[in-house]
Amino acid sequence: MSADLAIETQNLGRIYTIRNRRERRIRKEVVALRDVNLQIPRGELFGLLGPNGAGKTTLIKILTTLLAPTTGWARVAGFDVVREPHKIRPRINMVSGGEASGYGLLTVRENLWMFAQFYGLPSREANRRIEELLRRIGLADRIHTKSSDLSTGLRQKMNIVRGFLTDPEILFLDEPTLGLDVNAARDVRRFIREWMDAHPDRTVLLTTHYMVEADELCDRVAIISQGRVLACDSPEALKRRLQRDALFDIEITAPNGLTSSMLEALPGVRKAVLTDADGGARLSLILAADSALPGVIHVLTERAVQVRHLTKREPTLEDVFVELVGRPLAEEEVADGQ
Amino acid sequence: MGSEARPFFAPVPKASGWRLFLKTVVARAYPRVVGQQRERSWIFFDVFLSILAVSAYVFVYRAIGAPEEYVGFVVVGGAMTAFWLNVLWSMSSQLYWEKESGNLALYIMAPNSMMAILLGMALGGIIATALRAAAILLVGSLLFHVQYAVGNLPALVVVFLLTLAALYGLGMMSASLFLLWGREAWHLANLAQEPIYLLSGFYFPVKNLGFWVAVAASIIPLTLGLDAMRQLLFPSGAALGFLTVPVEVAVLAVLCVLFLVAARWLLGYMERMAIREGRLLESRR
Ligand SMILES: Nc1ncnc2c1ncn2[C@@H]1O[C@H](COP(=O)(O)OP(=O)(O)OP(=O)(O)O)[C@@H](O)[C@H]1O
Ligand SMILES: [Mg+2]
Repeated sequence: MSADLAIETQNLGRIYTIRNRRERRIRKEVVALRDVNLQIPRGELFGLLGPNGAGKTTLIKILTTLLAPTTGWARVAGFDVVREPHKIRPRINMVSGGEASGYGLLTVRENLWMFAQFYGLPSREANRRIEELLRRIGLADRIHTKSSDLSTGLRQKMNIVRGFLTDPEILFLDEPTLGLDVNAARDVRRFIREWMDAHPDRTVLLTTHYMVEADELCDRVAIISQGRVLACDSPEALKRRLQRDALFDIEITAPNGLTSSMLEALPGVRKAVLTDADGGARLSLILAADSALPGVIHVLTERAVQVRHLTKREPTLEDVFVELVGRPLAEEEVADGQ
Repeated sequence: MGSEARPFFAPVPKASGWRLFLKTVVARAYPRVVGQQRERSWIFFDVFLSILAVSAYVFVYRAIGAPEEYVGFVVVGGAMTAFWLNVLWSMSSQLYWEKESGNLALYIMAPNSMMAILLGMALGGIIATALRAAAILLVGSLLFHVQYAVGNLPALVVVFLLTLAALYGLGMMSASLFLLWGREAWHLANLAQEPIYLLSGFYFPVKNLGFWVAVAASIIPLTLGLDAMRQLLFPSGAALGFLTVPVEVAVLAVLCVLFLVAARWLLGYMERMAIREGRLLESRR
């Protein structure tokens, strides 16, 4: 254990027990997290990237002292989440995507002021910070708007400000750009980046299932699936793993019964993912070397699949994800990025 | 990357201990009080409906030739009913709604005490409801020419405050119960509303119910509170009173402590359950 670690976990696991409503004896267990080992130094913007149900929110709940782990331990700011939650709570904050916190009857300023009070922030300082943060995130003109009158995007900006207002040592952002349009999401990402640049000793842990977000924003990324951390490194280092591989995108007219497992059976084909694209389909391939491509083309020709377009490209985080998890993060995102 | 970026703001010392507690109480009371201001039409409605209920009893009492004091009893009962309804419908279900909106998780995660949050809700509810209660009292008294004879004002104030403390203590306690029991508690409150109207003597002296029923009804703090207030407000009140004022004050004080201690314990239990089972903090998404 090091004093410079903002977050540290050791064999962290969480099992949810679901009891049947009628018959209490019937129980089902869901393993949400297993053997998670993370070491996040102070000052890092750390990303957790994973599909729905991967366990991202569960991990955040444990780290924010809202949920007890069933195995292992976790320390936040050097304190144990189970034994010393009162030491952790003044030092952290959390914002979740799509949250409906606060009271609709209150204005943006009043809602933010209220939450700042719960952390003991002096009122005048709170109001000063609220103005400053709203200006930076592009919400200054809505300071006196009732929060029930805000659109989803503006509302989420207010929530984001709530998280930063108390100047937390460690801030947890659970899918902060969920449901935001491209512009609002960009504003939020820029805001987070500026905060990290201006406060080098502050730590942010954010979860996302947007590739670009993880790639652009995070110093390091952990890829998590079915409760396990499959890889943890900087986006560049993760992509470098695939550098020796050859990545191809092939646009075809129709699959004609072609499946990805047929292609993966070919020598040198490490991963093949078939997704719908407008007016046809797209085949994303991770090949051990260029020399595996003719084999693929041969199979396509055999099935009378017409190739419309073929590109060789640099590895992206998405490719890393596919390689590790075995499927794309979300089908539609393969097609249009975010 | 951004080496010359200046901090957004400098760190400042934050309140902790009892100052944080007080700040939290005030901050959580704020939305209640302000919300009231912003939805004024409701006040009119609430007051109007209460006056209607009071009038119904007044007309019945006058028709059957009941003693004139009963009219004053009904008006005071109507005013205090506003607090009871606030406790039953707003205070009790508050934590449940806070859970649904995701606020509960934020409240638990913050460094403040949950007891301060609950006290803030109660304080906000009291301030917001006081306005309605005062309006009902004023309109009712003017409408039906109620005569008051306050001999002992300090005692009246003590009884009133103690009644509110015990009543909202009950509300704070049931807030956790509602959260833990969910829909079932809801049905229970629904079922309880009418019988409690009858039992706690909102509109008549509880003494008329007979000793043991009145004792049972005394678990609702409003019963004894109302009874004591009526004794202190009307010349013939003492004769119609259930127990003597000092005894009623003592019982109210005990109820107050009991409910507040239970509220605190239930909050702790609720938080431990939530953290262990991971279900209570799930908001509906
Ligand atoms: N309170 C709960 N009770 C039972 N099971 C739960 C509970 N919360 C989460 N789970 C289950 O645990 C697993 C992990 O859920 P979690 O919410 O942590 O995933 P996530 O990565 O945040 O997903 P998403 O992207 O959908 O937000 C899922 O299978 C989920 O169904
Ligand atoms: Mg989640």
